[in-house]
Amino acid sequence: MQAVRAFRNQLPAILSIILLLAIWQSLSLALASPTLPPPADVAEVFWQATISGELPYHLGVTLLRLVVSFSLAMLLGCAIGIALGKNKTLDAFFDNWLVIFLNIPALVTIILCYVWFGLVESAAILAVVVNKLPNVIVTIREGARSLDKDLLEMAQSYRFSKRKSFFHVVWPQMHPFVMAATRSGLALIWKIILVVELLGRSNGMGYQLHLFFQLFDVASLLAYSFAFVAVIQLIEMLVLKPLDRASQRWRR
Amino acid sequence: MSDIRINITNKTYVLAHDTQQIHHAIAGLDITVHPHQFVCLLGPSGCGKTTLLNMIAGLDSHFDGQISMGAIEQTPSIGYVFQNPRLLPWRTVRENIELVFRSTPPASLIDNLLDSMQLRDAQHQYPERLSLGMQRRVAIIRAFAINPNILLMDEPFVSLDAPTARQVRSQLYALWLKRPHTVLFVTHDLREAIALADRLIFLSGSPMRILSDITVPIAREQRQNEANIEAFREQLLQNHPVIRELI
Repeated sequence: MQAVRAFRNQLPAILSIILLLAIWQSLSLALASPTLPPPADVAEVFWQATISGELPYHLGVTLLRLVVSFSLAMLLGCAIGIALGKNKTLDAFFDNWLVIFLNIPALVTIILCYVWFGLVESAAILAVVVNKLPNVIVTIREGARSLDKDLLEMAQSYRFSKRKSFFHVVWPQMHPFVMAATRSGLALIWKIILVVELLGRSNGMGYQLHLFFQLFDVASLLAYSFAFVAVIQLIEMLVLKPLDRASQRWRR
Repeated sequence: MSDIRINITNKTYVLAHDTQQIHHAIAGLDITVHPHQFVCLLGPSGCGKTTLLNMIAGLDSHFDGQISMGAIEQTPSIGYVFQNPRLLPWRTVRENIELVFRSTPPASLIDNLLDSMQLRDAQHQYPERLSLGMQRRVAIIRAFAINPNILLMDEPFVSLDAPTARQVRSQLYALWLKRPHTVLFVTHDLREAIALADRLIFLSGSPMRILSDITVPIAREQRQNEANIEAFREQLLQNHPVIRELI
């Protein structure tokens, strides 16, 4: 009974995917062009690239860069964001910096990092972090500004230690903002990482996509991007959603 | 235990919308509270009672004067029941109480306190799922739990319906009889104040000062009787016409 209901709930999602595949199939049949291969061809390429180990390798390299640069950006962003949100003088002083960094095009930071530090791994990571950091800071700062004064006073009158205040009073209030920064961050970072890899790395998804572009290999291009989208979706389902649920269970 | 002396010579603040204007909240206030005394503070709303409690709790240190909790070397511990319960919504009832301790308290202590307010069944609930009356009871337990040098209560029964307020009040009273802490209790309700307090302090509007300081002569065991409280209330209003405007 439960399985039937679960299936019925998933039905619209399954149907919409089938519809998308059908449109794709009929378009590729109608066009009959090598620039739009049918789904079956893409699936075949995906399978070949997977068993040859090539796709998992490049995907892994990109994911590793994603994890490192994402963690750095979140850690730094949370620390700086909370500091700015709590200290008005600091905030007034650095606000202009933030606006400037927010508005520098991603491509410019990437090029500058490569020019200044060479075509090395750390330059690639730095470029991603610098692109992402201002967004994290702005979101977290908003959270730190809206901290509940009543609860902070409660913590103060009961002489909570700094550590206790942070983990039991401040952090739970920051959580929605951290999650927002995480979601938007993930979406932003993986797009930037591809560009970083395209411009200055010799492995990773961005490098591979560049290669396929030069070869006009659309089937591989699609196969690689689907793999990447699937991984990001998995992160959302297996990491972010459970985190959300765990931290929201106190809500009515 | 020694007396608690609150001596505030001057407390001013500037209004947010008009920084030119200086508002005199308190000018010359001197209260000495004996250990285990239950003191009710009564006064018109906006006269600065909450400000006074915040100053005692150490939340507001911008004033002239001093507050001493006797010759205690370490910083005094303070139990504060705020006007709104101020529980951490992301922690359960039990966790909220345990958090005010410096080290993990014995489970039996928490159990006893929860029982005294009939909250044992709700101990693993999150505050937002409880009624306001229950949340206030948790806040009261939290304040008693740490055995504070002084208990500050800022209208802890406000916005409760009358039967609930009565119930929570009698539970608070029973708890206080078992653990007679020094209490400063802000209220608007003269009957409530007479039922609970050893001493009533009537305060004026800003700048706040003491209008009268009255000891409640009714013996504790005779306060169950509403008639005794009513009689004393009538007598108070007759002898101190100035109070009438406050209540």
